[in-house]
Amino acid sequence: MQRRVIFRGKLLPYLLLAPQLVVTLVFFFWPAAQAIWQSVHRQDPFGLSSRFIGIDNFTQVVTDPNYLHSLVVTAIFSVAVTGIAMALGLLFAVMADRVLRGAWFYKAVLLAPYAVAPAVSGVLWLFLFAPGIGVVSFWLNAIGIDWNFRLDGTQALVLVIVASAWKQISYNFLFFLAGLQSIPKSLIEAAAIDGAGASRRFWTIILPLLSPTAFFLLVVNIVYAFFDTFGVIDAVTSGGPVNATQILVYKVYYDGRIALDIGGSAAQSVILMAVVIALTAIQFRFVERRVHYS
Amino acid sequence: MTRRRIDWLPHLILLLGVGIVAFPIYVTLVASTLPVAEIEHGPMPLVPGTQALQSYRDALFMGSTNLRSGAVVSGMLLNSLVMALVIAVGKIAISIISAYAVVFFRFPLRMVFFWMIFVTLMLPVEVRIMPTYKVVADLGMVDTYWGLTIPLIASATATLLFRQFFLTVPDELVEAAQIDGAGPLRFFWDTVLPLSRTNIAALFVILFIYGWNQYLWPLLVTNSASMTTIVIGIKTLLGGADAQTEWNIVMATTVLAMLPPIAVVLLMQRWFVKGLVESEK
Repeated sequence: MQRRVIFRGKLLPYLLLAPQLVVTLVFFFWPAAQAIWQSVHRQDPFGLSSRFIGIDNFTQVVTDPNYLHSLVVTAIFSVAVTGIAMALGLLFAVMADRVLRGAWFYKAVLLAPYAVAPAVSGVLWLFLFAPGIGVVSFWLNAIGIDWNFRLDGTQALVLVIVASAWKQISYNFLFFLAGLQSIPKSLIEAAAIDGAGASRRFWTIILPLLSPTAFFLLVVNIVYAFFDTFGVIDAVTSGGPVNATQILVYKVYYDGRIALDIGGSAAQSVILMAVVIALTAIQFRFVERRVHYS
Repeated sequence: MTRRRIDWLPHLILLLGVGIVAFPIYVTLVASTLPVAEIEHGPMPLVPGTQALQSYRDALFMGSTNLRSGAVVSGMLLNSLVMALVIAVGKIAISIISAYAVVFFRFPLRMVFFWMIFVTLMLPVEVRIMPTYKVVADLGMVDTYWGLTIPLIASATATLLFRQFFLTVPDELVEAAQIDGAGPLRFFWDTVLPLSRTNIAALFVILFIYGWNQYLWPLLVTNSASMTTIVIGIKTLLGGADAQTEWNIVMATTVLAMLPPIAVVLLMQRWFVKGLVESEK
């Protein structure tokens, strides 16, 4: 798309673009290129020497049992976070769309987690579930569950999933609500006149019309679970116990920053980059289609 | 349609939602008002105590044994505020002028530049952690406000949003300005900027929260106590396995970390909701 009427200027447009381009080149393209370069080289931890080793870093990464374990953890984690956050977001949006009185109150409260940092959300839930201190951990003990997420990997994974999903409910709620409110009321009334009950209307009319929103949110939630939850993991479990909550992003950070395996960390970065590019591409293809239909 | 009784089911479910969302925040609020012994010997009471003043004063000004010496929460709040404001204002400023250049001018490499900005969508900090850190270190920006903010202020999202909006500015408006003899800068300042107010307000909320809630980046580029942001500070306060956690201080700090972004979202809810739904399209 282009404008018909424009301004003349030879130097000015370049000057206006310069700040953004400089930041982009220095902090995005150059480091991304470095990551790709490092991923095909072997470096000593002090960066004094390096030599080209082709795809060795990648083969090493994908055959490393720790990486495969991290992959499985990430899969379980992302599916659970996305599923819970989207289901609850949809449920609350459908309900908020039906109430008249007090809707503003529900909306205001349900929006709050959006403003909370992932790491802070982690701390909130950590405090509820802290063994020997947390309110909820006492409840769990009272009903006979031996709760200690610092020792039990499954419990730790459950906790980071809950903390991550909690934060994302707001976002899904907001988008589902906007989606619901854009569905023509006449459509739903017509169905009601034809005798379709509330649940029938939901499954056969509302849900199909919400599917574009749902698909968009699916991609956003997966990206969130993959990348933005770093803070939750670091604050609550630091990837433990025994790597039970070490998702891929945390492993890149750990291997690069703490274990100082530059090549391995870079190879993992490149793999993650491919994941983001794929997800973004899917999202934009879909957005294009939606624009086309409307 | 005949008048019906109030349908209670949605209210019941929504109250459950409110419970899920509010409960962790409420417990944190309560804990910040209790003496530390009452929390440690749990289960803690669920009604507020009387130590609020002391917890917040200690957190804000006294520091804690678990923090790097010299770090107090008031300093961290300031760092977070600077970071959030510079990122929000910086992103808006550089995005609005670059979108203006791309939309209102024709020049060689225009689309190349546009795509270069667009592609950054696919390169979040999380996937280029180590090399980006190295660049910042080589530029001597570790432990400075520059290092904390500049690498995060390129934004494809904001540029795309402004571009989308600029494309809807009527040609007649541009022509009228040109007839009046206004140059591109004059037109930007007198017409485009005022028209963009709503978009700017919406983006400000989203980007302020984005900046305030950053975690991985400040964790990498700040080492000294005086540069710590509050979100990182909480993690430090939690301490290692051997340190005794001062839960009342941690919880007071957590409340202080949540307060500004929640206030911004609630106070600017209207713009925020509109902006979020629109900028993600």
